[in-house]
Amino acid sequence: MTPVLELRGVTKVYGTGAGEVRALGGVDLTVGSGELVAIMGPSGSGKSTLLTIAGTLEQPTAGRVLVAGVDVTALSRNEQAAVRRRSIGYVFQDFNLLAGLTAAENVALPLELDGVAARRARATALEALGRFDLAGQADRYPEDLSGGERQRVAIARAVAGDRRLLLADEPTGALDSVNGEAVMRLLRDSCRRGVAGVVVTHDAQLASWADRIVFIRDGSIVDETAPVPGPESLLNSGSPQ
Amino acid sequence: MSVRHALLALLSEGPKYGLQLRQEFEAKTGEVWPLNVGQVYTTLQRLERDGLVESDDAEAEGPQKTFHLTTDGSDELHEWLRTPGGDTAPPRDELVIKVLVALTVPGVALPEVLQAHRRHLIQLMQRYTRLKQDADAGDVGLALVADAEIFRLEAQVRWLDAADARLKHRPVAAPEAAAGPVPGGAAGRARGRRAAGVRR
Repeated sequence: MTPVLELRGVTKVYGTGAGEVRALGGVDLTVGSGELVAIMGPSGSGKSTLLTIAGTLEQPTAGRVLVAGVDVTALSRNEQAAVRRRSIGYVFQDFNLLAGLTAAENVALPLELDGVAARRARATALEALGRFDLAGQADRYPEDLSGGERQRVAIARAVAGDRRLLLADEPTGALDSVNGEAVMRLLRDSCRRGVAGVVVTHDAQLASWADRIVFIRDGSIVDETAPVPGPESLLNSGSPQ
Repeated sequence: MSVRHALLALLSEGPKYGLQLRQEFEAKTGEVWPLNVGQVYTTLQRLERDGLVESDDAEAEGPQKTFHLTTDGSDELHEWLRTPGGDTAPPRDELVIKVLVALTVPGVALPEVLQAHRRHLIQLMQRYTRLKQDADAGDVGLALVADAEIFRLEAQVRWLDAADARLKHRPVAAPEAAAGPVPGGAAGRARGRRAAGVRR
């Protein structure tokens, strides 16, 4: 398993002096290609900060972040923006789709911003939408889509093209359980195709879709789950009375 | 889960023999509840004694014997489906007891105790989620069984999270306060300091 995301001694401190808040203290984490990792912790534990730093949206106070082997903390702002457009996909709780663009245009936008020709960007977008059963919704605007469909469009946007790293912050928070499960299934399947995924959540059900769950508390990783045994391990674990 | 009523439900689809009942029971509960064949025959004998099922051939024994539902059996099944579970007090919960005990044992790091249980429960949830994930999309029975286990485990994880938050905000002087209501005790003094705005 090739490492796609590596956090090495990542520390983030906000403010100075008496008002200093240490959001993360020396976090080490490696996520490989094909792996879905959930970061679980209570609110204020630093999990969202960890995700924004992993996604180069914020710079750590200390430590290094490597995406596909490249130390992104050493790059200029413009170079970081290029890594974000090409290699990293984001999925947010509130979808973050642009209301004035159709589903296909939303998915194609980051590709076009990265210099991909419009025709090719649209073809890639349609391919990604088709993979998520959204081919029929390609020319619809977000307001004409259900919540579940909007989040699937957002995931299609996050994985379209040659993305290596998928970052999701409470991606099913605004969805009911059936749609939430469909979204987790898509994230899981995207990872099986070789993307490295990181999902931040406080929801144990959502986290249980991950291959590995990392527990964060007061800015530090305190624990993680063991590899998941096969489902046959559940057999004979209980019998009816 | 009542084997008795599960067998009545399976027989409501038509006459069946014992081994078939066992296979269908396991298939419909997502094969997470194995049932031994002896249990099936003992239950069928009792159902027959109570007039809820009848065997087509009283002479035949063992696997050849086919059972069907009687009118009384059908009434019993429909009555049972609508009857809520008992509302007696829940059985003593081992997890709750362990955490309560951990509160009183000196030198125990409570967050670590809570985390050990949380990790274990979430690992179990992962296994049920994986079962659901790998299952055939048409296997509704298996998905329902997995969901039920996942929700039950999730409730325990949420209780642990709530316990974590409650313990984090627990007043520092709680042990002394719990020892007895002493007006001038440490808890009272701490309250006095806070009221006077003194920082510790």
